[in-house]
Amino acid sequence: MWDREIRAMASTHAIIASSVFMATVLPAVFVPGFSVYGAHLSWIYSVSGAVIAVSVAVFWLLGISTPTKKHSLGYKLSRLSRSCLYFFLSCLFFHTVVVLYGAPLIDSAVETFSLAFLLTSLTTLRCLCILGPNVQSWIRVFSRHGAMSVWDTCLQITVACTVVGAWVGAFPIPLDWDRPWQVWPISCSLGAMIGFLTGLVAAPVWIHYHRKQLTYKCK
Amino acid sequence: MKGLRLLSLLLWLCSVYYVGIYLFVGGFLLVRLEVNRTSTCGDVLQPGDELRDFCHEQPRFRRAVLLIIDALRVDFTRFDHNNVAALPFENKLPVLEEMVSLRPSHSRLYPFRADPPTTTMQRIKGFTTGSLPTFVDVGNNFASSAILEDNLIHQFGKAGKRVVFMGDDTWESLFPKRFHRSLPFPSFNVKDLHTVDNGILQHLYTTMVGDDWDVLVAHFLGVDHCGHRFGPDHPAMADKLTQMDGVIRSVIDRLQNDTLLVVMGDHGMTDSGDHGGESQKETDAALFLYSPSRLFSPQPSQVTKSEPNVVPQTDLVPTLALLLGVPIPYSNLGQVLLPLFPSHGHTVGAVGSLSQLEALWINAKQVNRFLETYSGIAKDIPPESLSQLKDEFSRLSSEYLTTVGGTQTPSPQLATSLQVYLASVRDTCRATWAKFNPLKMAAGLTILAFACLTCFTLSELSRLMIRENVSVLKTPIITALMVGVCVAAVQLLAQGYVEVSWCLAAATLSSELSFLWRTCQSRAITAAKNGSEALKCASWLTPSCLLVPHLLVTLLRCASLLSDSYVIAEGRAVTFLVLSLAICIPIRLNWDGLLSPPIHDPLKAAGLLPSSTLSPSAVRKESCTLLACLGLLVGSVYLSLSFHGCREEQGSCQSSPFLTPLARLQDNQLRNLHYVLSVCSLGLWTYLLRCCLRHYGNLNSSGGTVFTARCILPMLSVCLGLFWAVSATPEDSFRNLAELISLAQLVLPRSAFFLLGLGLLLIWIDPLTVFVKITIARGSSLPPPRYRASTGISPQAELRHLIPQIYQRMRHSLDDGELNKDNEVGSRPAVEAYGLGTVYSAPLLLFCGMLGTGLLLLHPEGMALSFLLMLLQMGALLHIHASSTTLSSLNGTQSGGFNVPWIPVVLWSLAATQFFHATGHLPTFPSIQWNAAFVGFPHGHTSNILPASLVTLNTFASHILFAVGCPLLLFWPLVCEVRGSSGRVCGEEGEDAVMEMRLRENPQQFSSALLQLSTRYLFIMGAQVFASVCAAAILRRHLMVWKVFAPKLMFEASGFLVSSFSVLIGVMLVLRVDVAVGRWFKRLVPDASR
Repeated sequence: MWDREIRAMASTHAIIASSVFMATVLPAVFVPGFSVYGAHLSWIYSVSGAVIAVSVAVFWLLGISTPTKKHSLGYKLSRLSRSCLYFFLSCLFFHTVVVLYGAPLIDSAVETFSLAFLLTSLTTLRCLCILGPNVQSWIRVFSRHGAMSVWDTCLQITVACTVVGAWVGAFPIPLDWDRPWQVWPISCSLGAMIGFLTGLVAAPVWIHYHRKQLTYKCK
Repeated sequence: MKGLRLLSLLLWLCSVYYVGIYLFVGGFLLVRLEVNRTSTCGDVLQPGDELRDFCHEQPRFRRAVLLIIDALRVDFTRFDHNNVAALPFENKLPVLEEMVSLRPSHSRLYPFRADPPTTTMQRIKGFTTGSLPTFVDVGNNFASSAILEDNLIHQFGKAGKRVVFMGDDTWESLFPKRFHRSLPFPSFNVKDLHTVDNGILQHLYTTMVGDDWDVLVAHFLGVDHCGHRFGPDHPAMADKLTQMDGVIRSVIDRLQNDTLLVVMGDHGMTDSGDHGGESQKETDAALFLYSPSRLFSPQPSQVTKSEPNVVPQTDLVPTLALLLGVPIPYSNLGQVLLPLFPSHGHTVGAVGSLSQLEALWINAKQVNRFLETYSGIAKDIPPESLSQLKDEFSRLSSEYLTTVGGTQTPSPQLATSLQVYLASVRDTCRATWAKFNPLKMAAGLTILAFACLTCFTLSELSRLMIRENVSVLKTPIITALMVGVCVAAVQLLAQGYVEVSWCLAAATLSSELSFLWRTCQSRAITAAKNGSEALKCASWLTPSCLLVPHLLVTLLRCASLLSDSYVIAEGRAVTFLVLSLAICIPIRLNWDGLLSPPIHDPLKAAGLLPSSTLSPSAVRKESCTLLACLGLLVGSVYLSLSFHGCREEQGSCQSSPFLTPLARLQDNQLRNLHYVLSVCSLGLWTYLLRCCLRHYGNLNSSGGTVFTARCILPMLSVCLGLFWAVSATPEDSFRNLAELISLAQLVLPRSAFFLLGLGLLLIWIDPLTVFVKITIARGSSLPPPRYRASTGISPQAELRHLIPQIYQRMRHSLDDGELNKDNEVGSRPAVEAYGLGTVYSAPLLLFCGMLGTGLLLLHPEGMALSFLLMLLQMGALLHIHASSTTLSSLNGTQSGGFNVPWIPVVLWSLAATQFFHATGHLPTFPSIQWNAAFVGFPHGHTSNILPASLVTLNTFASHILFAVGCPLLLFWPLVCEVRGSSGRVCGEEGEDAVMEMRLRENPQQFSSALLQLSTRYLFIMGAQVFASVCAAAILRRHLMVWKVFAPKLMFEASGFLVSSFSVLIGVMLVLRVDVAVGRWFKRLVPDASR
């Protein structure tokens, strides 16, 4: 049972990672003037779009999200609309947090919002896919005994890696190296992306090595 | 409570740190050896014709007028006809441009580049001796002492020239009794724009017309003071520059043919009117040369060839010396200004003038002579470059001698290579006058490293230190004394003299080591007794422990001091770290499942676990408080970013508008707005403090502290508000009230100082804020006081039982509130003590509040907002700490007494640095707010101690406030406890004392927690000092060392000094309160048992 889930997780992660890779490479080949540094915002949106599409598709196909008791169309629609609302609110939340951390308030609001969008699509979207639009359970997941399945543990790891990556990504900004990637918000979004990819790799590996210790209260 | 032991431990720790800092700074700060030799006439004899005695020949100019206009930036002197909308400092000196275009061969205008540091005294030293300044000289600016090196004034005197001086009195202290006549005027008061200039103008023209002088030096200060007071972009600057224009015109009219006029600025100014650093605006002044007789050779081709773009300031020294016919000062490193000398073969008619080549040769010979002397007494110039320079000189000298001996015309290459030689000597000297003492630096580093280690051990084992019966400090101090005396004796025997610093180093190091060794031993003993502690001690150095947020943040903070970019962006970097660590707290609590009430836990419901001490609603309330306080913290952290100043290295940075004093604002509406904002935040500051005290019932009694809180604090604020209003009035409005205004500017701040002193003294003398109300119990509902049962055992035991009784009653009365006071009098307990629960924190809080108001007085008015943010952030931090302590006490692991965990302490100390920046300070010397020295003393000072201490208080205001308030971290969880657990406590009779009385119940835990808290705080401050010391040591040849790392080290070290001192004051205040409370209880026992 463990093996099956871990294998499913690994393949899911491989698909998501490859979608990130494709979203970077394909436009670079086909769209003139596209590059990660030069057209950073379009890179952010292309990558986020790819991650959103692939994650939604994969998790929907796998059917991981908490089973809903009601299957009425209205309920599903309200769930969907609430998810969209949460997605947007989370963008705003990340935007505020990033501004509080010292991002320029007015000057490059578009860049900041793009970073917030990327962070949302890397973290909140996974929460939405796995836990559904339920903030209570999101808060519950991020505690020591809060994880109730392998996917919850995986969620903990990837989200933490992404956020820490974005946080670490802010470090090189004040340095006087004059590199193209020190421009706001490139280092942060790259950091978040690298953290996310690390998390994608680390989660199945960590779970595999700790599968003896992991116990979940209710499955 | 073992107050004495605690204080002695802290004192010992601080002194260990001080010795480390002292040793390192002694080895790191550079000292250039002064060569006390003077040039004589024989030194400049021409080779070839030995008969020409240089000194007795007719010089090119008999007399010279030196007009020094302080801070005459180069762009002040430019004149642009097309500039229609000229700023106040533009196009105001048309005379210079007129002369240059009308008489091109008589006058010239150059940019004149000063060497940093661009402070007036250093510059006067520079352009009279021709030498390069070192870093250490900066400190002497306000205590200038006489120049001992050979200099122009000295040479003039020796040549029999009469030097007349008028203006800035710095000259008088630099050259005491060297002038033929001297008219000094006081320079220290930067608010005074006119005294010096008007004084000069009274005497300048009469002196010039007379024949009683050969060299006239006039140093005008108006422009500089105008810059300091208003900035360059102010109408007052236009007036001042126009006045200077008139002065130069009248001086030119009175010049005679044998006189040279030099108009120069000693340094420039930044856009805010300050100077001292090395940005181009500060270093580039103007130099204007003029003479009624022809100065420059007429050939345009020659002129363009040798025309320098920028004249270094030292170059004036040899030029003036040779033009006036005196020897070049011995330690000069400048080179002659070639365009002023005729090229070979074009002797312009004036007798005795030197040609370009001759001048260069004399110059080079002098420089070479200095280099030889200097390398003889000091070994700091690298030998390879020295020998290279020597070879170069001997080659040039042989070439020159053959040229002069023969009749052939000298090649132009010779002049060029002489110039190159002079420039390379200058560069070599500039690079090597950074002489370190590596041994002392290493000793300082070692001592500091061990001090940090000791501090850490002390904080981890604080309970052991307090519990142990033998004095822990005895061995280290005895060892230190013995080793120190031994080293001194050995030195005396071996060298014949004692070097105090090495004795200190040996003593301190041995003392530290013996302390650590002793601690290890006693820890082993304790570990043998109970194995758990050994386990805990063994595990604190594993790599996973280093990733704990507080350690990680401390490490990041220390690492950031090693990079110049992060030091430059320090304000933002620290804010980033504060924010990250603060957000860590709720995340961590949530991870432990403590943030939300544990509803889902089936075990707890079944009563298998020890039931949680807080009800779910209380938990929810507590978490809400925590999150709200976090919001407040984040908000104030973010807003504090808008009060930062700017370093010159930060290119597109805009200084906060709140940093300009109100008097500088020209827009009336803006000024009023700023004033209203400042006064509002001052009022809010006072109101919040009083509110807090009233909330905990500390304003009921009639002691000294309460009087301070009730009357002195509001009076102080009113004084402050009035003072701001007075100092913000523009000078020219209210002319008829001028006297009143100047009186108010004197009286208001002084009375504020007096009130502050009085308030602090009262708090110290009578720190209790407890109001005791004894009512006769009428109803029978009152149970007989329990302490009666224990009468007769001992007063001590009685006391122990009394405290909880008083406590409970006080709490009852607090809980009941004021509403039902009237109808429930009967059921009142016999003794009510209001405010006993906050008996420790109330005086401390008030002390901080008073101190903060006093420190605000020394800041620009706009900083009131920043101070308010500081108060809010302190409160938010304290509440977050309190809530998280309450929440984590759910865990059951919190059995460690009152110990304050690392995270709040790290946050507290980082916030001190954060607000150092948010009050407009920067770790650079030009950004020191000198205006603070004149608050209450608008006419300047007679001594240096008072202004220095005022400026120190201003600079380290946030360090002082946070360090004094540090013990609040210990008290606040106890203060807030009553909110969280009141529902539970009321029901239980057997509950012991609450709030801060719990500290009195466990004196040992109290003192160990206090020791731990202060050592933790000192550890974090000390680690920052250690990191900046490491940065200075490792990067001592870095490009930025004098610009970034050395000032940072000085600020960090003095910040540590001030902080440790303030921590001691805070701890002492707590101990004082403890003594007072003890006395109070003693007094109460006979009262109550009567």
